[in-house]
Amino acid sequence: MKLKQIFSLSLIAMLIFMMTACSNSTDETSSKQEEQPKAAEEVKDLILATTTSTQDSGLLDVLIPMFEEESNTNVQPIAVGTGQALEMGKKGEADVLLVHAPDSEQELVDSGDAINRKRVMYNDFILVGPANDPAGIKGMEVGEAFQKLFNDGAVFISRGDDSGTHKKELDIWKSLELTPGDNTSYAETGQGMGNTLLVAAEKQGYVITDRATYLAQKESLDLEILVEGDEDLLNIYHVMQINPEKHDKVFSEGAEKFVDFMINEETQKVIEEFGQEEYGEPLFFPYTE
Amino acid sequence: MDLLIEGLKKAIEMLISGDPEIFEITWLTLRVSLTAVLISTFIGIPAGVILGLTSFPGRRFVLILINIGMGLPPVVAGLWITMLLWRSGPLGSFSLLYSPFAIIMAQILVSLPIIIGLTCSAFQQMDEKMLLQIKALGATRLQTVRLLVREVKIAILAAVIAGFGRVIAEVGAAMMVGGNIRGETRILTTSIVMEVSKGNFDVALALSFLLMSLAFIITFLLTNLQQRNRVR
Repeated sequence: MKLKQIFSLSLIAMLIFMMTACSNSTDETSSKQEEQPKAAEEVKDLILATTTSTQDSGLLDVLIPMFEEESNTNVQPIAVGTGQALEMGKKGEADVLLVHAPDSEQELVDSGDAINRKRVMYNDFILVGPANDPAGIKGMEVGEAFQKLFNDGAVFISRGDDSGTHKKELDIWKSLELTPGDNTSYAETGQGMGNTLLVAAEKQGYVITDRATYLAQKESLDLEILVEGDEDLLNIYHVMQINPEKHDKVFSEGAEKFVDFMINEETQKVIEEFGQEEYGEPLFFPYTE
Repeated sequence: MDLLIEGLKKAIEMLISGDPEIFEITWLTLRVSLTAVLISTFIGIPAGVILGLTSFPGRRFVLILINIGMGLPPVVAGLWITMLLWRSGPLGSFSLLYSPFAIIMAQILVSLPIIIGLTCSAFQQMDEKMLLQIKALGATRLQTVRLLVREVKIAILAAVIAGFGRVIAEVGAAMMVGGNIRGETRILTTSIVMEVSKGNFDVALALSFLLMSLAFIITFLLTNLQQRNRVR
């Protein structure tokens, strides 16, 4: 008998958990739907599809609270590879995108899925590798270095996930008319930048990365910058909102505010200062049009 | 080895400092997992009883589905739920994607088959003679089920424990349908994945200790409940 009581008591306790969990979500949804006409005062959810680099570097943790405070929205950042972020935009599953794959972005604008595309900032890609640099590419130009790595059959770790970084890497191979897969030491991780760097460090391989993620993780990696500063290696971020005329469920008001927010002077200043203290150099550079 | 000690230190540090974010993540993990297990239990046990004690056309086929479901990869569950909840999907108008609710749904999907399946096999293993005896003594249907439930209590709680284990360990689906949004859908498993990808192994390790302690406490309580009144 006693057992039964305990059992039912614990069930009741769990039921309360359930109620709180469920009622929270139903409240949110019902209020969301009711308030749509007079959205101005209500806090609404804004889905931001972005790349892992903005989250892993910590930049979003600084910018999003700033934006939420002034705009009365609740930003839901979904940090995925650029490929997936763009796809979410194309399907209207996100309201606003912050990504870095200019060519693919242009396709989205051309197809009418994205509008109001604005340049925000850049950081740069760097080629990093083991400190002893077995292929001897330190200080070379990017193209030269890639050619050398290919010829030597050096261990090269690729994102392989259709992200902006991966696309950049493929562009470089393409410009050299090389098929990276012909190098048997070429490996694809299919994961985010952070994990790919870890794999590269473990395998003592070369890898192309954005500077922000590298700096943020430098401590736990045994990799050094070997090639940097090339014009070809600029990693340009754009922000854009999803076209409400094509996808009727997007929260275009908030998306537009977010685009404006990203390019306003104050935000740009924050972007410029971000990371200076911790890493001694900025991670992102303002670059508006 | 250093890293392990570092992680332990970090875990203790995090607990002592009472970081509200850690507390929030842990609390959400607990709430989401328990809700999912509870719902799965409420649906799963009656369903298991019916499947175990009755026979109807297509029963074997249902059983096959349940047995496949016991091994349903969480990412598959996650993908299905994502498509269901997409704005363009059938339930899109409720904007449930990237909410704790979505995680609960995915977790129910992976734990329900386990609870149904294990409950069902427990009831099937029961001695036929006892069933006859209960009937012979003139028990009503409800009374019969209550008697039987008492009889297989241990197995039923084992089903719940297995379901809970599945749910608390789940990460693929939670990442996909929850989105690992800070302060909203970030749970212990998804934050571990994130911290690893950031290279913060000490934090990840600390979180893993936290997760395991949580799993230990709950499983401890459930096991105690299961093993109570045990004579042997």
